[in-house]
Amino acid sequence: MTIYLDNGATTAVDKEVVEAMLPFFKDKYGNASSMHHAGQDARKAVDDARQKIADALGAEAKEIIFTSGGTESDNLAIKGAARANKEKGNHIITTKIEHPAVLSTCKKLEKEGFSVTYLDVDPDGLVSPESLEKAITDKTILVSIIHGNNEIGTVQDIAGLGKICREKGVLFHTDAVQSFTKVPLDVSLLPVDMMSISAHKIHGPKGTGALYVRAGTRLKPLMQGGSHEFKMRPGTENVPGIVGFARAAEIALAVDVSKITEVRNHAFKQIIKEIDNIKVNGPRDEMRLCNNINISFANVEGEALGSYLDIDGICVSTGSACSSQTLEPSHVLLAIGLSKEIANGTLRMTLSKHTTKEEIDKAVESLKKHTEKLRAISPLNTVLENVQ
Amino acid sequence: MYNETVMKHFKNPTNAGDMECVDGCGKVGNPSCGDVMMVQIKVDDGKITDAKFKTFGCCAAIAASDAVCEIVKGKTLEEAAALTKDDIVKFLGDLPCVKIHCSILGIEGLQKAIEDHKARTASTV
Ligand code: FES
Repeated sequence: MTIYLDNGATTAVDKEVVEAMLPFFKDKYGNASSMHHAGQDARKAVDDARQKIADALGAEAKEIIFTSGGTESDNLAIKGAARANKEKGNHIITTKIEHPAVLSTCKKLEKEGFSVTYLDVDPDGLVSPESLEKAITDKTILVSIIHGNNEIGTVQDIAGLGKICREKGVLFHTDAVQSFTKVPLDVSLLPVDMMSISAHKIHGPKGTGALYVRAGTRLKPLMQGGSHEFKMRPGTENVPGIVGFARAAEIALAVDVSKITEVRNHAFKQIIKEIDNIKVNGPRDEMRLCNNINISFANVEGEALGSYLDIDGICVSTGSACSSQTLEPSHVLLAIGLSKEIANGTLRMTLSKHTTKEEIDKAVESLKKHTEKLRAISPLNTVLENVQ
Repeated sequence: MYNETVMKHFKNPTNAGDMECVDGCGKVGNPSCGDVMMVQIKVDDGKITDAKFKTFGCCAAIAASDAVCEIVKGKTLEEAAALTKDDIVKFLGDLPCVKIHCSILGIEGLQKAIEDHKARTASTV
């Protein structure tokens, strides 16, 4: 029995999505750049998919660039915009809680001579509009702020933050990989110039994503090749992936997220009731992704706890240093002010539309058992005050 | 990611917990990932007759702690002091590269416990 509570990592592909994709492997396998009918069938499928993704975002089809996923979208947005706007300035602003795809890209640009400001966040992970406003200088060309945080679920007020950028004439990019289809996103109303999204977080296939680029925004492509994707992303289109992405978005947009929220809130309630000396990380309710749970368990190390859960068939992820290759605890947890020790005892559980309350109850039971077991053999006895 | 022996010691560590009348205790922190381990030993006539651990750490750290306690039982203090991380890694079969430091934690805990024992006996003589 598997209880999969790691949908922030990836999701199960919907059956309808697989069905939509299948013809494009074997029967309609044409190259969308070919002029014959086989190629034109593929072209039409890609065009239709582009329109569907555009509709999902309130964008125009020509503003959607298909990529290999969230990481590539973030790279294209940040490097592409920075390099294309170099003559205007060399300053970029981002936050301390970005996905590595953004943080590492910014670090790379620092080596290219750009200067980057990493904004602090409050204990819930929220960026203050004032700090953004203060950080913008006449050298600033780009701001990149994650919409829904992948670890602690914080949803930023991108309307407010984007407005500041717009007023100052600075490009605004947001990584909406986790929030896409979970939080309403309409770029016709939002002051956002670029937005990264990905298929495999919304029950679509891995290896496909998109970058929304507002018409008129200057970008430099990352790769050289053919003139695919409006000359922004060369390479033969991943037709099955793109078709699957569009279908997944259609299905995901029809999902009632309040149902996921309800299961999530049930989980919070049960965990708080059953296990003491814990801390809920990230904000409550509307400022939080509907499927995100992030909790620190005092005196328990996350990899050990996660592994015990895994033995019971429960998949979660952890912010612990031990489970990261760098042996550093999650930068997000440190940015919201957790000590290394508490960050090391943190689990993330991310739900999907398939998660049931019964699964949650089983997971909580297992969580309680193993937390007790690990606490019994822990040499630490920290007491957390901040139980929400 | 871990072999069966490691998982066995992680799942059911037989040497975890506290000991009554401790003859030596060593608490060490892992500088790489910030984890903490405590080893307690019971010494009789220059020999370690029992060892227990408490660990805040990953699967490898828990398995290594359990292994250290297992290995030292019946060893003289000199034999125990001569143990290295390689003895633990060998006992456990193997550890992933990134987890070798967790076995060092076990050895350091043990060494500290032996030192503590020596200090205690020295002061009572
Ligand atoms: S104790 Fe932290 S990695 Fe093993």
